[in-house]
Amino acid sequence: MTILWEHYHTPKSIDETLELLTSYAGRARIIAGGTDLLVDMRATHEPAHEALVDITAIPELRTIRRDGDVFYIGAGVTHTQIVHSPELAAQATCLIESCGVVGGPQVRNVATLGGNVVHALPAGDGTVSLVALDAEAEVIHGGERRWLPIGELYRGPGLSLLDPTRDLLIQFRVRGTGSREATSFSRIMRPQGVALPILGCAVWVRLSEDRTHYESARACIAPTGPTPERTTVVEEALAGQPATAETIQAAIKIATEALHPRTSKYRATADYRKEMIGVLLGRTLTAAVERAQGG
Amino acid sequence: MAQLNVTVNGETISRDIPESRTLAQFLRNDLGLTGTKIGCEEAECGICTVLVDGLPVDSCVYPVWKAQGKAITTIEGLAHGEELHPLQSNFIAHGAVQCGFCTPGLIMTSAALLDENGDPNEDEIKHALKDTFCRCTGYSSVMQAIKSAARERRGLPPLPVNDPHVDEPMDVISQSVPPQEVVAKVTGKAKYTDDYVFPGMLYARTLRSPYPHARILDIRTDKARALPGVQAVLTHEDVPAENLHGLVYRDWPVLCGDVVRYVGDAVAIVAADTEELAAMALSLIEVDYEPLPVVADPISAHRDDAPVLHPEHPTGNLLKHIKVRHGDIEQGFAEADVIVEHEYHTPTTEHAFLEPECAIGVPEGFPGHDKLTVYVGSQIPYQDRNQIAQAMGLPEERIRVIGTLIGGGFGGKEDIAGQIHVAMLANVTQRPVKMLYTRQESLIFHPKRHATIIRIKTGAKRDGTLTAVQAELYGDGGAYASLSDKVMTRATTHATGPYYLPNAKIDCYVMYTNNVPSGAFRGFGVTQSAFAVEQNMDMLAQALDIDPLEFRRMNAQKVGVTTATGQLLRESVGLLQTIDDVKRDMAGHHNGTGFRWAWTEGRKAYAWGIACAYKNTGLGGGAPDKSEAEVEAFDDGTIEVRSAAADMGQGIAHVVAQCAAEELHIPYNRVRVLLCDTDLTPNGGPTTASRQTFMTGNAARIAAGALREAITSSAAEMLDVSPDMIRYEEGLLRYNGSSVEIGSVVAWMRSHGLEPRTRHEYWAPPTQPLGSGGDMHFAFSYATQAALVEVDLDTGEIHVHKVVSSTDIGRAINPLMLQGQIEGGIVMALGNCLTESFIIEDGVPWTTLLARYKMPSIKHAPQIVSRLVEARASEGPYGAKGVGEIPSINTSPAIVNAIFNATGVRIYSLPVDQDALLLAMKRGEAEVHTAWHDVH
Repeated sequence: MTILWEHYHTPKSIDETLELLTSYAGRARIIAGGTDLLVDMRATHEPAHEALVDITAIPELRTIRRDGDVFYIGAGVTHTQIVHSPELAAQATCLIESCGVVGGPQVRNVATLGGNVVHALPAGDGTVSLVALDAEAEVIHGGERRWLPIGELYRGPGLSLLDPTRDLLIQFRVRGTGSREATSFSRIMRPQGVALPILGCAVWVRLSEDRTHYESARACIAPTGPTPERTTVVEEALAGQPATAETIQAAIKIATEALHPRTSKYRATADYRKEMIGVLLGRTLTAAVERAQGG
Repeated sequence: MAQLNVTVNGETISRDIPESRTLAQFLRNDLGLTGTKIGCEEAECGICTVLVDGLPVDSCVYPVWKAQGKAITTIEGLAHGEELHPLQSNFIAHGAVQCGFCTPGLIMTSAALLDENGDPNEDEIKHALKDTFCRCTGYSSVMQAIKSAARERRGLPPLPVNDPHVDEPMDVISQSVPPQEVVAKVTGKAKYTDDYVFPGMLYARTLRSPYPHARILDIRTDKARALPGVQAVLTHEDVPAENLHGLVYRDWPVLCGDVVRYVGDAVAIVAADTEELAAMALSLIEVDYEPLPVVADPISAHRDDAPVLHPEHPTGNLLKHIKVRHGDIEQGFAEADVIVEHEYHTPTTEHAFLEPECAIGVPEGFPGHDKLTVYVGSQIPYQDRNQIAQAMGLPEERIRVIGTLIGGGFGGKEDIAGQIHVAMLANVTQRPVKMLYTRQESLIFHPKRHATIIRIKTGAKRDGTLTAVQAELYGDGGAYASLSDKVMTRATTHATGPYYLPNAKIDCYVMYTNNVPSGAFRGFGVTQSAFAVEQNMDMLAQALDIDPLEFRRMNAQKVGVTTATGQLLRESVGLLQTIDDVKRDMAGHHNGTGFRWAWTEGRKAYAWGIACAYKNTGLGGGAPDKSEAEVEAFDDGTIEVRSAAADMGQGIAHVVAQCAAEELHIPYNRVRVLLCDTDLTPNGGPTTASRQTFMTGNAARIAAGALREAITSSAAEMLDVSPDMIRYEEGLLRYNGSSVEIGSVVAWMRSHGLEPRTRHEYWAPPTQPLGSGGDMHFAFSYATQAALVEVDLDTGEIHVHKVVSSTDIGRAINPLMLQGQIEGGIVMALGNCLTESFIIEDGVPWTTLLARYKMPSIKHAPQIVSRLVEARASEGPYGAKGVGEIPSINTSPAIVNAIFNATGVRIYSLPVDQDALLLAMKRGEAEVHTAWHDVH
């Protein structure tokens, strides 16, 4: 076994974390759950990091907090914590659905949503739902603490805005769904090879007062590009339209024509992904509308 | 270093340890809690699972400092003293423990589940265990054990054990006694090679070729040697004697000196004070290579202009041309009313035994070791010894191989891995040396299942009679011969399927290539040919409009049939009964509502598919096949059975113990077994070819019978009664209304200079080489399976709901554990069909991580209904023949036949690609010739 790091720090506050990063001047990096990071470090045979700075012992980063209808999810919150939150289950259903299918319990008990986002895979399950939820992330980037739309954290496949040797993800905030609103997530996997989704899809819908029409909608279908993005053509195709199967079919047609997923080696062909756009939009929109009509 | 404060299994621990530790390393190396196993270090296999504050985590990717101040529970902390946790006792009771290497992980993951949910349903259990893998059991028994344990914890009686029905059970034979060492396996006390530590032990690593084919120009080791803490760096120049090993052909360099032939070929080995230093030393060895053209597949290997990999091999890259000639195929096809001909592709697949290879060398003269000793979990200890001796230039008697517990093998632990290397390093350094392969190293290094291309043409008459088969097989043998010759011979001879075929012409070309070597893997070539044979059978049945079961019934091998290799089947052919069993159980599934082959519900298509199989027991083909066992009785009335017959989880240990207990009429729990020590146990031969029950079972049975005779005559003398007055009963010898303990007779024997010990070398009935006619094998097992498959018509996703199986194994020595072999074999074969492919691109493996090789999880595991047919083999122990491989042969064709019945799309290449299947359905195409690895 090659040594992957020499020192391991478990700071108890954000300030302490930043001081550590500063003192190591680029030779230390942030670790959250580490379930992806350790595997990547071993697989790429990177030289040992001098230090890992573990943010999961910082109390304020480990909590899910609610303020009115806004949820604050700390960067050190595990997938298990999210899945076990009854409030998120009711008001950010797609996030529960996506975090619940990540790994097995051993991974979900350790892996954080924050780590998943900073890992910056364009089809990360949690990511897709955060985009559809129009989440924002509070970060310390370039020494400045600020809120950013979630999409701005992604710079390319596996490439995050945040530099793990200097920057810090602090928390997410998402507005929970209210009356007439609901979300849904679904994905397609294959039983072979790397456990990355062939395609993931999350939707958020708000229905009209009488719940017969879409008032507005948000969707994220990924991977359809190097970073996860809102599928605006679908959102536009739904807004104001009746909440019927015909509308969903029309949205699927538009999405299938507008989106150009690519073939990725040992994962899926572009043609298959095109087929799955329709399947997933159909499944998630149907579920979300049912939930919004029922709620 | 810093101080870590944790509670482990209730005990407070404060230790100064390096900050670079993972939790798994801390538990195993610092605390010696070796019950926690390491399978992949990728958070993939889940077997390293421990609880941190009650939550399961993968300890291999968990920096130990995360656990600061927390409470850790490991497998060692689950039992209360001698009282097992209900999960532990139920894993034993339901036969959910085979090799035992994943068992701690399965139990710990389940323990966390039961703490959170006292009454989990099957879906919840599958959700919780989806990332904790088991390669042996097939998960059915695991599921049953967890449900039963949950009941016990709720104060309910445990679930009944799914013990299969058997004919004529005896006192111990055909009884489901618990396997040997099972308590140690569920409590974490069982020791596998990496769990052994010796004082002053060094750690070794292997430098492997990054090129599939290259000339070695120079190897410079001085920098590595100069690194403080490095005790030895060895290359080809340091191999004391023969720098070649191999089980059939000696063509595999111990350390490459002139040419490397695959990515993973060993070039240098190092031993250092720590694992970290050994890894660092590897990076300091400089090797200059001149890349050579790569032979990437068996077809191009056969071209005239292909680079020749082994110039000394008389037929160049053609490792072997194997031929079956029987009858007159021209006449056979002329008689046929229907002929189908197709080409099938099967991929290279990986055993993924959960314990990576490990070997420890201990030098002669080290305390407790009077000769150079190698500890290893190997399937063939005596041939290990032979190959070590050849390389070391020592007589075999000066080497001792001690077999440890094996964490799964499935054929993948037959070839030499680190055995010779640790012997060399121990000899040079005069210190014990451990060489543990990482999972990633194991993946690229060891021989795989042969990728094959099979073109097969089958003819039948209108009345359903098969008339002829003609086939051409190409097998990718990879860089070295390993067992290719034998494996592909089996693929060739079994390419008729288990049917009467009067005319056959089958040619197989096994080729050397620059891919990872191919060798033994459960099913041994027959898994590949069955994929082709059984689809042709379904297509013929369809063309003739005959029910596929009936079509197989009409042509099934039975007593009196002569096989295509010229063997007259004289007994023990239970194929027809297996077909009838499966037909009944398929109908039973529909509960009297009428059997249907296929139907649709919403956007899901369902269908059954069937396939038959047969598989030889034993080496056959004229190879001398023998096994030796020794049985000794002790004064305390216990018995020890000794044989170097490897138990990789399949259970030869309990089989020989049962044979001895039956013959000596003593309770099973008075028999212990010592396996695989070349100094203490006679040669049981290789654990391969489904041979151990038949071979070493017979050796133990006969040796135990002889010991009983010896004890009887001593007792007669001691008691002054006639020998025929003595009856055995539960460890007692009864005579004239009186009785004496067997141990008392044994003590009397010893005091009179008699050895209460017998040995028997059992020789299998002779067999003939292929091509000479006569008996090529001394027994065959038979099976029929039906798979109930669901295909999602929107996504192409495939789910196997149920497998109905019936297997003719002659006699079930241990019905429950034998059923575990069947269930595990079926799920392994399901992986062969749906999930597994070891991908190599131009000689360079893509599958370098376990994360890139998915084996079936509990989520993929179907419900399995398995019945046993016991068509006794007169030479087998109590009528038994082999079971190890037969379940892994017909699952794949049963599944693809079901997919065809559900969708109308025929699958010609494995593993099935849902992507291609869906697109074929959408486009109205009836054939899929590509597989997952073709997606790019």
